[in-house]
Amino acid sequence: MSDTPSPSASRYTVADRAPRKVSTFLLRWESILVMMLAAVIIGNTLKSPYFLDPFNLADATYNFSEKAIMALVMALLILIREIDLSVAAILAVAALAIGFMGEAGYGPAALVLTGLLVGLACGAFNGFLVTRSGVPSIVITIGTMSLYRGIAQVSLGDQALATYPQAFLDLGQTYFINWPPVPLSFFIFLVFAIGFAIFLHGTPTGRRLFAIGSNPVAARFSGIRVDRIRFALFTLSGLLAGLGAVLLTARIGVMRPNIGLGWELDIITMVILGGVAISGGVGTIGGVVLAVFVLGLSTFGLSLMNVPGIVINVLLGLLLIISIAAPIVIRGSTGRR
Amino acid sequence: MSIFLKYREWVLAAIIALMVIGISFYAPAFGTLDNATGVLNDTAFLFMMALAQMIVILTRGIDLSVAANLALTGMMTGLFNEVFPDLPAIVYILVALSIGGGLGLINGSLIAFLRIPPIVVTLGTLAIFRGMIVVIGGGSQVNTSDMSATFLGFPKLSLLGLSSVFWIALAVALFAWFFLSMTRSGRGLYAVGGNPIAARYCGISMPFQQLLAYGISGAVAGMSGYLWVARYGVAYVEIASGYELTVIAACVIGGVSIGGGVGTVAGTLLGALFVGVIVNALPVMQVSPFWQMLISGAVILAAVIINARAEGRALKLILPEARRAAAQAKR
Repeated sequence: MSDTPSPSASRYTVADRAPRKVSTFLLRWESILVMMLAAVIIGNTLKSPYFLDPFNLADATYNFSEKAIMALVMALLILIREIDLSVAAILAVAALAIGFMGEAGYGPAALVLTGLLVGLACGAFNGFLVTRSGVPSIVITIGTMSLYRGIAQVSLGDQALATYPQAFLDLGQTYFINWPPVPLSFFIFLVFAIGFAIFLHGTPTGRRLFAIGSNPVAARFSGIRVDRIRFALFTLSGLLAGLGAVLLTARIGVMRPNIGLGWELDIITMVILGGVAISGGVGTIGGVVLAVFVLGLSTFGLSLMNVPGIVINVLLGLLLIISIAAPIVIRGSTGRR
Repeated sequence: MSIFLKYREWVLAAIIALMVIGISFYAPAFGTLDNATGVLNDTAFLFMMALAQMIVILTRGIDLSVAANLALTGMMTGLFNEVFPDLPAIVYILVALSIGGGLGLINGSLIAFLRIPPIVVTLGTLAIFRGMIVVIGGGSQVNTSDMSATFLGFPKLSLLGLSSVFWIALAVALFAWFFLSMTRSGRGLYAVGGNPIAARYCGISMPFQQLLAYGISGAVAGMSGYLWVARYGVAYVEIASGYELTVIAACVIGGVSIGGGVGTVAGTLLGALFVGVIVNALPVMQVSPFWQMLISGAVILAAVIINARAEGRALKLILPEARRAAAQAKR
């Protein structure tokens, strides 16, 4: 046959993917976050000579690293349409257990292990309740938040625990790498961020999370063990809250029942600003990491300018709403829902 | 199990009654009329706020900013009182209603017109409202000595041993019942929450219903803000901090479904009363108030899980046939 179709003669070309346009790339949420981050860094550098000091920056990471670690798993939970409001309360229970072990005179390894195991157990209990009862996780975790925070309050009342071995305190109070100065909590955050990114964007299970978030029923029908993944992520959330407890107690050296109060909202803010859709199925770890830096560095910059903490909260609240609203207004649509 | 659902509120009422009787045996002072009015007066804020929250949750929304709205409106009304002292109390109530309602409409517009998820909007405005208290108040607090007699006097008025705050809560409850069951826009709230698409086809406007719900929620929070500040005689940043979760807990215990479209005035009031009884019983029973959170957490979990079991597990198991087949194959 003479008219064998050759690629050039065909009226259609079959590309592997849609052509990449600069505008689509620039309108990606992550690109917007990069621009925001650049604005924050440039603005702060011009405003204060102390901003770009490596030691200052290293110390600034202390203020968000624990939250950022917990935000990574919160991102995965929100991605599959769940939410864990009890993370800060789990942190309190784990810190309580660490505090009691410290009073009892155990060494640093035992303290760390206790924190992780207690967090794991609390998270597993959440996962058990969510998968077994079929009640929305926002309700379950409001309940367990009260329960866990209540345990910390009942056990301690208005007391505090402040006996920890020096080796344990050193975990939170010395640099993990001396030059460039990197605190342990920030180092763990970076490692976990890479790990979570590989898991979410590079493994089959990670793809399954997107499937669950887009349509849990369809995901179940295509053979994904939805409940097992839910359970695993709630357990992981508890484990990382336990890790947060270890790092936070080691850093501040004291445990009070109100430790980490209200952190769940800060963590959710990081995740939402990171571009994870609250309705599930959309989001990247890169976005969350960028949002962590935007929030952390703007907080640091504003406090260098002597702006009171509560006013910083106003600005961060505005940042959250404006950054979500602006693309909707500009595009005149509701694409990012 | 449908009996439980049908008489859900009766069951909750019976549990509360049993609790009150049990506590009264343990501490006779609890069973007195005096104490009963005390509990009702104390829970009045929770009654109002829970009803307002229910109206929002009916539309599949959530309003996390209510406690911050309460505190901000309370502060602003307090400052208004410093500038215009000795106006009749009704003026302060109207001012608080409009400030609170305005703040609620900000939430409502962002949700209705920009279609940002409610949890995101109210999480943001929670931080903003709370921080604005410092910005507006200049970091200082409004004390009793700064407040006029008419401002302070109103919440202390009482009728039949019940404070004016309780009577206002009762009026809010009657309004909520009338509004939700007798008016077109009240029924519309159930419709948009129950099935937004069907509601749309029926010509019910989702944006309007959302504006309405968040406006009401804000107005009630604002009015509670004035009453709270005047009753406790102080306005500062931390007022009612974290109260939004108590309010949501009262709704959940009262059988309001987070999924929208389900909830009754009676159930919500009972849910709030349940929390109120526990809060007031602890000191009478000489239990440390630190137990309150733990108990309400356990109660929330018990309530929602029993409720979920009553509703049946059919919704839960996506592949019941497959699971049954697998179970049989094992045998």
